[in-house]
Amino acid sequence: MKNYRSLFVGFLSLVVFAAGCGKKAPVPPPPPPPAQSAAPAPTTTGPQRPVVAEFAVEPSTIERGQSAVLRWNVTGSTNAAIDNGMGTVPPNGNRRVTPGDTTTYTLTAMNAIGNITATATVTVTGPAAPPPPPPSSSSRGTLESRVQSDLRDALYDYDSNNIRDDARAALTADAEALRRIFVDFPGASVAVEGHCDERGSAEYNLGLGDRRASSARDFLVQLGVPVDRLKTISYGKERPACTESDETCWQRNRRAHFSVGQ
Amino acid sequence: MLGFAVLAVAAIPAILLAQDTITTFITQTEAKPALAVTDFRGSGSQQFMAPFNSTLFSDLDGSGLFDMKAKSVFPLNNPQRPEDLRPSDNNQGFALADWSGTPVSASHLVFGYTAAQNGALVLYGYVYDTRQTNPQSAQLMAQRYVGSLDEAGAIHVAHEFANDIITKFGGAGSLLGSRVYFVSDRSGNSEIWAMDWDGNNQKQLTSWKSISIMPAVSPDGSRVAYTTFAKGTPRIMMLDTLTGRALPFYNQEASLNANASFTPDGKQIYYSSTASGIAQIYVAGLDGQGFRRISHRDAIEVEPKVNPKNPAQLMFVAGPSHQQIFQMNSDGAGVDRVTNGEGEAANPAWHPDGQHLAFSWTRGYATGNFNIFVMDVGSRQYLQLTHSEGRNENPCWGPDGRHIVFMSNRSGKSQIYTMLADGSQVKQLTAQGTNRFPAWGVK
Repeated sequence: MKNYRSLFVGFLSLVVFAAGCGKKAPVPPPPPPPAQSAAPAPTTTGPQRPVVAEFAVEPSTIERGQSAVLRWNVTGSTNAAIDNGMGTVPPNGNRRVTPGDTTTYTLTAMNAIGNITATATVTVTGPAAPPPPPPSSSSRGTLESRVQSDLRDALYDYDSNNIRDDARAALTADAEALRRIFVDFPGASVAVEGHCDERGSAEYNLGLGDRRASSARDFLVQLGVPVDRLKTISYGKERPACTESDETCWQRNRRAHFSVGQ
Repeated sequence: MLGFAVLAVAAIPAILLAQDTITTFITQTEAKPALAVTDFRGSGSQQFMAPFNSTLFSDLDGSGLFDMKAKSVFPLNNPQRPEDLRPSDNNQGFALADWSGTPVSASHLVFGYTAAQNGALVLYGYVYDTRQTNPQSAQLMAQRYVGSLDEAGAIHVAHEFANDIITKFGGAGSLLGSRVYFVSDRSGNSEIWAMDWDGNNQKQLTSWKSISIMPAVSPDGSRVAYTTFAKGTPRIMMLDTLTGRALPFYNQEASLNANASFTPDGKQIYYSSTASGIAQIYVAGLDGQGFRRISHRDAIEVEPKVNPKNPAQLMFVAGPSHQQIFQMNSDGAGVDRVTNGEGEAANPAWHPDGQHLAFSWTRGYATGNFNIFVMDVGSRQYLQLTHSEGRNENPCWGPDGRHIVFMSNRSGKSQIYTMLADGSQVKQLTAQGTNRFPAWGVK
């Protein structure tokens, strides 16, 4: 039962999708011509309804953005009008139209006896294939996961904001990764966080972390990362990655780290 | 060579003299009054007297002003009222001579009692000079205090009596009513807290659920300025200590505004800002408006602290590396390093006299192992108060100029402690969570 339902829903969505796409939209056929116009005009005199001698569009199929010409010829009417905003028209004329979508125009001609309608349809096809939708979020990941997985910390010497050789390599790779991230997330900004190990005073380390964040930022900007996408923030020693009192942990904490900007 | 020797010899007396100055300042070794403090009893209030007696004793002891005599050698009888005193009592305790002589050897006797009176607790407290033979001329203090008839009331009147005794004996300023503002993470995040100077009544003041650190308290105790990440990058916020309400403070457009401190008149704020690209010292109005850059150096500059007696003198901490304490004039001129370049120094804290500085320094220890030092600013002589029991940082003087509050991780996590200026009488004030950045206010 479940399978049938999903199959049915799938089919239905296919139909809906097809209907929504302008290219192959089935156009309702024009109604049969009025019997009066098809029949030979009665020879007897007397009042008659108007006669639509011609109501046509050329070409009948256009690409979106192109135009077509409506042409009509009505006799015996006191008033003729075409819908879709055209209003009252003379009994004999033509008009250039540029419909955005497939459109059926209806001509109504009337006199004291009655009225008569005729239709003409312009089929509008879409332009060349529209751009594909952006890849689903599962393939590009979330911004947070990308920032976490694609960007490496730049490490520093004690009490220093100099970019070491290993930090240079890390930041060069980060610049490339940031470029890809900003392509996938056009509105995003990334925070460059400056951190310190536990040894300096908390107050001085706020200032030192700020220097580390801005030196990493400046390096990335030199490599072409847009400066307005990078924000700096110093955490000093308030958000350590580890808390052991040894050089391994201290080195992990002397870092420029990346997070999603606010 | 000869010239060097002569110079060195000539320099020694000056150093010794200065060393004497700082030692005297810290220990104040002149003969202290020798206090015998009797155990007070209560009439209808006896159940509150144990906390009363321990509070009275520890306040007096903690002041560092007195030589406290051990109760174990006291005579049998404790006077409770002046009427109990008599010219002689054969060492049984009702004569002043029983307290001045051996084994007690007290110069002053503190006695009295409490009573439940009209639903309140009333304390009658007396201080007598035991070296006077005539009880009338021996009376130094005869005071009456009223508190609520419960343990809190008994502790309250004990604090008041102790404070009056300390003031009577020349203790500068008072700790009574003073509060310590600090940072605790016990509620899950680093928030600003306050407590009484003895560690009681610990209360949370902020609830940003972010990182809020480095409180400074205004000279009148009415405001606390602190640094918080609540709005993203670190910025300064101000709060009213009475209501807990936020007060406006304008932060410059900068990646960092931090380390606020008040001027002695309480009308301006010094702070550190990266508005120019690197942390530099600025001064602004109490609301942050009208800011002005003070220093112009290519080095990290933090922790500006104005001399309480000379608003034109500023201490601060700066690089370019191996942070040291510097001083400069409030116009930015006259930059001069105060610590001698050894190790790393931080946290300058002015003594109320405007002549001495408590600070943290790693001198003599591994990088990061700070200890508390006190320096005589004029002579640059210093003494070390803590001796590597963990990290010891962020000293701040109490309003009495005798106590220092500081943080230490000697017991594992950082906690807040007080000690006397000679390093004695260390007391732990906090125990829950990690507690840092103490700042001592008059209220």
